[in-house]
Amino acid sequence: MNNATFEPGGPAARAITSSMQPIKKADFQFEQARHLLWRAGFGGTAGQIQALVSWGLDKSVEHLLNYDKVPFEAATGESFDKDIMRPLGEEERRLYRKAQQAKDEDALAKARLARQNAEQADRTQMREIQTWWVKRMIETPRPLEEKMTLFWHGHFATSYRTIEDSYHMFAQNNLFRKHAVGNFGEMLFAIIRDPAMLAYLDQNDSRKNKPNENLAREIMELFSLGVGNYTEKDIKEGARALTGYTFRDDEFMFEKNNHDAASKVILGKPASHDGDSFVRTILEQRECAVFIATKLYRYLCADYPTGSKKRDAAAKSVISDLAATLMASRYEIKPVLRKLFQSQHFYDAHIVGEQIKSPVQLVVGAVRSLNTPVRDLTFLSEACNAMGQNVFFPPSVKGWDGGRSWINTSTMFVRQNTLVFLLSGRRSQGRDGLSDVEKYDATKLFSELADAYPGASADDVEKMVDAILAFTLGRTQPASRQTLVDFVKARGGKLDQKSTVELMLLITALPEYQLC
Amino acid sequence: MSDMNPLTMAFTRRHFLHRGLVLASASVALPQFLHASAAGLPMPLEGLTSMPGVPEDHVLVVIQLSGGNDGLNTVVPYQDAAYHRARPGIGINEDKVVKLEKSEVGLHPAMTPLREMYDAGLVGIVQGVGYPNPNRSHFKSMDIWHTADTTATGEGWLGRYMDSECCGQGKGESGRPEQPASGSMPGIAIGQAAPLAMQGVKASPIAFENADLFRWTGKDYNKALSEPYDTITRQEVGVNSDPDTNAAFLVRTALDAQISSDTIRKAVAAKDRVSYPGGDLARQLKMVASMIAAGLRTRVYYVTMGGYDTHAGQGGEFGRHSQLLGQYASAIRAFYQDLKVQGNDGRVLTMQFSEFGRRVGQNASQGTDHGTAAPMFFYGPMVKRGVLNEHPSLTDLDSGDLKYTTDFRSVYSGVLEQWLAADSKKILEGTFKPMAIVTKA
Repeated sequence: MNNATFEPGGPAARAITSSMQPIKKADFQFEQARHLLWRAGFGGTAGQIQALVSWGLDKSVEHLLNYDKVPFEAATGESFDKDIMRPLGEEERRLYRKAQQAKDEDALAKARLARQNAEQADRTQMREIQTWWVKRMIETPRPLEEKMTLFWHGHFATSYRTIEDSYHMFAQNNLFRKHAVGNFGEMLFAIIRDPAMLAYLDQNDSRKNKPNENLAREIMELFSLGVGNYTEKDIKEGARALTGYTFRDDEFMFEKNNHDAASKVILGKPASHDGDSFVRTILEQRECAVFIATKLYRYLCADYPTGSKKRDAAAKSVISDLAATLMASRYEIKPVLRKLFQSQHFYDAHIVGEQIKSPVQLVVGAVRSLNTPVRDLTFLSEACNAMGQNVFFPPSVKGWDGGRSWINTSTMFVRQNTLVFLLSGRRSQGRDGLSDVEKYDATKLFSELADAYPGASADDVEKMVDAILAFTLGRTQPASRQTLVDFVKARGGKLDQKSTVELMLLITALPEYQLC
Repeated sequence: MSDMNPLTMAFTRRHFLHRGLVLASASVALPQFLHASAAGLPMPLEGLTSMPGVPEDHVLVVIQLSGGNDGLNTVVPYQDAAYHRARPGIGINEDKVVKLEKSEVGLHPAMTPLREMYDAGLVGIVQGVGYPNPNRSHFKSMDIWHTADTTATGEGWLGRYMDSECCGQGKGESGRPEQPASGSMPGIAIGQAAPLAMQGVKASPIAFENADLFRWTGKDYNKALSEPYDTITRQEVGVNSDPDTNAAFLVRTALDAQISSDTIRKAVAAKDRVSYPGGDLARQLKMVASMIAAGLRTRVYYVTMGGYDTHAGQGGEFGRHSQLLGQYASAIRAFYQDLKVQGNDGRVLTMQFSEFGRRVGQNASQGTDHGTAAPMFFYGPMVKRGVLNEHPSLTDLDSGDLKYTTDFRSVYSGVLEQWLAADSKKILEGTFKPMAIVTKA
């Protein structure tokens, strides 16, 4: 096994590379495998990292990409009720109209009460679906699947606040899962049929003689082309193409009578254009591939732009390459990810350890990499909300900006305190009743680290601290390291259960712990 | 070099802070964002803000009543027979109403704690506030109020205000917006997460439920962790490190968080100046008053009181709604008593809203259902006193709901222009005739 080493903080001497050539096989060691797991998933244990090192770069990337070969329970949602917010049936509507005409206050009040109860039950189910997803992210042996599902959720951002139908949100989530590393084109064809998206962007209000432009606009502006790559006329024509695309209950429905089938010109292409044709025309634009490649780059690789000329030039070149790959593969996602995950740019010292963890990445990553107990999924879900990432409730159709926008002085405390909760069970008000039972057990962490970093053992405090720092941070400032070593030495120089928790509390409070 | 020893550096910084002086040493590069005001500690009322053209010391407190407060039983049109006809069970009788001179409306009896303030000219009431095509969904309507946009899209109105005016945020060499001065907190929300209203593009409001949460809870696990924690979170970006990296950004923010935390917890721990009643709103307003007393450079505070979704068992003169209003009124009274003792009452404008009012007619459960227009309240010596406009008609209704007379964005516009000297057209992305809210700015 390789000695994993860490370097003191500071900029790498070499300028960043934009090369998309794969790294040499011999260069895929512990640090690289660790980085790959953090980006293609939510981080991993030292043991998992070592497994990847032993497989080598190619096999590791294939294992992560071809996750359908890894058995895991399908997300069928059998435990969720699809009928809480079902529309009224024929008979119910008839009775309601009758009550309205007769001004039957009693019946109307009953109907309103039933509606309120349904809304409350649905909100409860939405919270259940939230915790279900966080649990899935924590437990999955297919981390890239959930990581990309989360990506598409942020990309095709739809919020329960508007939809108010938890089952539609769940169905949409599964749509993202289905196409997570599939084909972006297929995803786009599917999203214009998705009830949650159609409701979110007011498609039900769209009429043949008065098309609603919302869906057409957001598809082009936010989902595929980006601002500046289409005109207002294209939006109007796109809206016409999408007329008739609607849904009833949980199913997509094409209302032929409401569809404007006359000829249209979209992005310079004249045709009778229905929704599918609109999407196809968009996909033919190179700008679409660039737009998607840019978003993938930001999510998996680095912030862009950063303002640094050299970094941005390198990123631009890489994005261009990824876009070309995406077009050549006719929008298959895997070839793009494969290329990125093997590239020299991806493993450059400027990229590794420079991404700010999203709230979900922080929470799920801590459980997965440190083996902390889960303790309370609702608490973790609410903590992500306090940190700015309430899944299923993106703040707008633009999704989450990510990067530095996650960080301010109060979210810093929430981030630190969520780790305190995971490691000790302690909340800010009162103690978790289970904390006496569920202590953090670092046995597995230590034994795996001893394997990965020869010399690191619970008996040699300095070497173990170095190993933990290298594992959790990749590298760190010497200043913090000495403080940590001094702390453990002052506590008797031994890493027992309590002093281990204390050490981990300090490490997870480091500003650098927010990076991956 | 001894200056580079992290323990010495940490000690030296603390030393600086206690003295209130900042000494620049050749070998210790001061973080670029610290400036002379005692390394970020607030000086009471001195240089509250560096916003050019803005009245230096004006503070806005926003109170959100969540759930849809029943405006009709808060500001009662008791002289209108239609009101009593619509609410045989939960209506407020004329002899119970807190009468307001020269007005056809009165307040719910539970609002009696505000009587003195009202008579002293510290209360302004705008009736019939709403917007076209009212939405009766809690989420959607609240988002509309927060974004000042009837499609509920975009950033929060206060966030846009803080983006456009606040804190001299320019762009550093990196092209990224500079971080605001250490310890400056232009917007503070009490609660688990900052409300959408406060979210801007750059503006990043702080939110915490209580001062205890705005600190590291690891210290509770073992007090011995305090010192190493302080050392590792009050680091500075090394002189040899690239200041533009995310790592450097995080180090700076971590330091900022510690300073802000110290400031807030010190402010909130100060001795009470007046006594406050019970209830969550009083608790929050007391915190706000303490932060104002401590001289925090915060311009906007946001507090929330829930429970107003009174579909069933709302009660009339007594009951659930009455209890809520009682807590509300007594909290505000204590808040302004506190501010007066501090000498800060003239600086603080408080506004209150809810995401919608409720239906005119009571329902079959002795309650009311989601409605539309409702009154907004304003507090402070600077407000235009009294009932500022007419009550919406109780007979010309929109399917049983009040028709709004005043667009809420006109009200926002008034607050932005008259109290915050801000360009409301730019911030609200539209022209809304400002309602006259403030008389003495």
